[in-house]
Amino acid sequence: MDDRGEPTGALVRPYAVTRGRTRPRLEIALEALVETTQRGRNGGGRGGEHRVIAGLCEERVQSLAEVAAQLRLPLGVARVLIADMAAEGLVAVYEPTSIEEGNDAVGTELLERVLSGLRRL
Amino acid sequence: MDYADSDMARRPSASRVTSAKIVIAGGFGVGKTTLVGSVSEITPLTTEAVMTAAGVDVDDTSDVPGKTTTTVAMDFGRITIDRDLILYLFGTPGQTRFWFMWDELVRGAIGAIVLVDTRRLADCFAAIDFFEHRRLPYLIAINCFDGMQHHDPRDVRDALAVPSEVPVVACDARNRESTKQTLISLVEYVLSMRRSRAVSHA
Ligand SMILES: Nc1nc2c(ncn2[C@@H]2O[C@H](COP(=O)(O)OP(=O)(O)O)[C@@H](O)[C@H]2O)c(=O)[nH]1
Ligand SMILES: [Mg+2]
Repeated sequence: MDDRGEPTGALVRPYAVTRGRTRPRLEIALEALVETTQRGRNGGGRGGEHRVIAGLCEERVQSLAEVAAQLRLPLGVARVLIADMAAEGLVAVYEPTSIEEGNDAVGTELLERVLSGLRRL
Repeated sequence: MDYADSDMARRPSASRVTSAKIVIAGGFGVGKTTLVGSVSEITPLTTEAVMTAAGVDVDDTSDVPGKTTTTVAMDFGRITIDRDLILYLFGTPGQTRFWFMWDELVRGAIGAIVLVDTRRLADCFAAIDFFEHRRLPYLIAINCFDGMQHHDPRDVRDALAVPSEVPVVACDARNRESTKQTLISLVEYVLSMRRSRAVSHA
């Protein structure tokens, strides 16, 4: 067991798609954006899911939630796949802009952009 | 360096692409998915999280034999604000027992729209309590089901006992302009709260 009380290593029966890893290396937010890199476009991915994700996020950036929905994978599975692909340089992951306190100027600028974008719709 | 072959070529601007989200809450059947769909540039998608009874997001149910797992579904839509900014609208899972998923939904969110059906006001109490507790800014949007407003927003405000600064607006979840206006009201409210806070801290 690791410090979070979860079974680790050989004790875990691997879920086929995630190749035995059940925790992502990155905590990826639901709305974090995924974009296929040049390396990902060149077909460096291992496994069918990697290639499908690379294809999906090549045409335009997609959030973790969109990738999971379109591949019909549970969020946790999609998160592990994307974290693996990011570690291999196949995709870039752009975390959302925090509007939380302590980040006032950035948050206010983001809100102003959202507001003017909504008004233009 | 061959720029045509590099990632630099794809995004010459210094700004990086980023995203933001707004949460759409309210009772079952109140019009959350309808509201998201009225303004989203994609047909609302559904994403699922698999949870253990303990409320832990799992990606591998095989290592928790015997433990109860539940699938929680969330609808969401997408609005491209500009070239480098995408706004997502996430509908909350219908049942309030899925609080653990709400934690992830509200993390980093701009704020929330609490959709209300005046015939079933109590359905939104749990959402309001949650956002109050999490200090996530929210507004109340009364979904006018037959296009008519039967209830004065002041009566709804009194019935819900929300603080006086919380906006209470009427909307038609099926109507794009109405949804857009409701989103604008929320963002204006969040901005005005930040500005008054900045002034009071100065
Ligand atoms: N007449 C009318 N029907 C609505 C309105 N908003 C939602 N509905 C209908 O109410 C039902 C539930 O809406 P839905 O968006 O799925 O609710 P959700 O459970 O909150 O996502 C659907 O059949 C909608 O078509 C509205 O403003 N007017
Ligand atoms: Mg729905």
